[in-house]
Amino acid sequence: MLQNHPTLKHVFGRAGWYFITFLVAITINFFLPRLGDSSPVDLIMARAGSNLDAATAREQEETYLLEFGLVQTDPSGKILRDSAGKPLRTSLLAQFGRYLELSLRGDLGTSILQYPRRVGDIISAALPWTLALQLPTIVLGWIVGNLLGALAAYRGGVIDRVLYPIALLTSAVPAFCVGILLVYVFGIQLEWLPAVGGYDEGMLPEASWSFIASASYYYVLPFTSIFVIVVGHQAIGMRSMCIYELGTDYVKYAKLLGMNERRIVLYMFRNAMLPQLTGLALALGAMVGGALVAEMIFSYPGLGMAILTAIQGNDYPLITGCTLLITATVLVANFAVDILIGLLDPRIRSGRPSAGPTGGDTSQPGAATGADAPLMAVR
Amino acid sequence: MFRGLWRSVGFLFGCALFFGTLLLALLAPAFMTLDVGRRVGLAYMPPSREHWLGTDHLGLDMLSLLVLGLRSSLYVGLLAGSVATVVGTLIGVYGGYKGGLLDDVLTVLTNLFLVIPTLIVLILLSGSLEEGRSLTLIALLIGSTTWTWSARAVRAQSSSLRARDHVALARINGYGTLHIVLLHILPYLLSYIFMVFILQTASGILTEASISMLGLGPYDSISLGTILNEAIRNEALGDGAWWAFVPATVLVTVIAFSLYIINTAMESVFNPRLRK
Repeated sequence: MLQNHPTLKHVFGRAGWYFITFLVAITINFFLPRLGDSSPVDLIMARAGSNLDAATAREQEETYLLEFGLVQTDPSGKILRDSAGKPLRTSLLAQFGRYLELSLRGDLGTSILQYPRRVGDIISAALPWTLALQLPTIVLGWIVGNLLGALAAYRGGVIDRVLYPIALLTSAVPAFCVGILLVYVFGIQLEWLPAVGGYDEGMLPEASWSFIASASYYYVLPFTSIFVIVVGHQAIGMRSMCIYELGTDYVKYAKLLGMNERRIVLYMFRNAMLPQLTGLALALGAMVGGALVAEMIFSYPGLGMAILTAIQGNDYPLITGCTLLITATVLVANFAVDILIGLLDPRIRSGRPSAGPTGGDTSQPGAATGADAPLMAVR
Repeated sequence: MFRGLWRSVGFLFGCALFFGTLLLALLAPAFMTLDVGRRVGLAYMPPSREHWLGTDHLGLDMLSLLVLGLRSSLYVGLLAGSVATVVGTLIGVYGGYKGGLLDDVLTVLTNLFLVIPTLIVLILLSGSLEEGRSLTLIALLIGSTTWTWSARAVRAQSSSLRARDHVALARINGYGTLHIVLLHILPYLLSYIFMVFILQTASGILTEASISMLGLGPYDSISLGTILNEAIRNEALGDGAWWAFVPATVLVTVIAFSLYIINTAMESVFNPRLRK
């Protein structure tokens, strides 16, 4: 049945592929932090344990062991013990099974550092900040960058000679460098804008005008630091795509036919846009991850700060909760763009069945756009 | 082909910048004494005649820290870049030329690990390697998480070469796979592989700087990332101690920028369709 519906087949194929990728990612997410031998319970006990007497400490420890699913229980929830009275530890595989089950249900466990706060609660408090900072910035930067890139390629001349070197510079500068310099110059030397934080210290997050005003004031610097880079990056990609399209036979032929200039630009733009969509997927995917370093510099109350404090305090449940969410976001963004490109580009949905998750290479001239991939990963 | 490179302003400029930083890293120890083992002054002393870039939060000589940091960052970048390029090239060339079941498996693996963010894997790994996180290990880890991109890029190129006449002729003449790959495929990919290496090196330096800034840097060395991490953690921004972070920031930027424009220049020389 699916043979007659290439689009549906494409969607299902990709969905299956991404599901497998997600399973691999979640496996990595579970096992990598457990390569070492530190257990969360030991960490909490080390934090709280010294001033407890032995009996209370053991009782406490068993509560935690139960909480983190590290001991075997009978159906009624009582801890199973060996002959010496010591709790029976669960195997790593059993822990993994429990982890899978809970994660798929959306339960990410308990934070160690901020015990007994749930990881899910910490993340849902931080996530809106990250999304509000990154999503508009990337989408806006993507639009502006593509327009500038197309303009530079098509008009050439002075515009190109001014825009191109600037775009090259801004796209090559690491995000955190822009952030550090902005904080220093505008936040600390000139004192034009607040350097760190997401809102005025005396306020609590709420839906009032004064809070929104304060938050937007604090928004300017982090926004600029990411925007500049996205624009530069996209402009360069779009510029080389357009130059490539300008040299193709169909554009030359259309020009020979004396076709209306605006119409040629429209055709060109449509074709050049496709690989740029992949660029958007990469940027959106890198979004949550790329926020880490930028948020750290601006002390922005988002996921980046959450993961940073988690790393500093060895808070593994929180670290793996954040990384799982980031990985899932990346996969969803890639999947969405894969489907979108499949809908827009018939070559991909009908063609190569086992092409990778980020689409085919069919529409890329050499390394023009794909070449930026490793740099994107960092941002 | 290479004559075009020497006439490209971007290429020359990029090379000058990159080899400038490389020379600084290699030759500086010959002209000055690098001393980061003792305090030479108070915390965050501004630049002076004795200490050109002042001191850090512990009172250590900033210029010495910076040169050592530059050396480690370049080392990490080049090592990670080499690993990612060599592994990626081997897998990519083999898969692209040979095809078959092993190629399918490798392609699936490559695509799988391509979408899982590198930084995340590194954060997870670094956490469990708390004690043994040396500079070399970090470089190897970066290399072993970024090879996927080189493999994919090289595979696409080598599978397009496979259909060329000269490769078919070599096969008809009865040459073995190794001979064909070494003499008839690799030479055509060299410039491309070199570009991959440049990008992977830049990405290695940036990745190391990023994870070091998150506090997951090497325990045994000073890198540009750890300098920035210390500066930010110790209020250099608030104290206005620009010498503690601006030089390191500028150095990271210069290295990444120079490698990036070398790559862009090479791309427009080797791929004339991208030129106007």
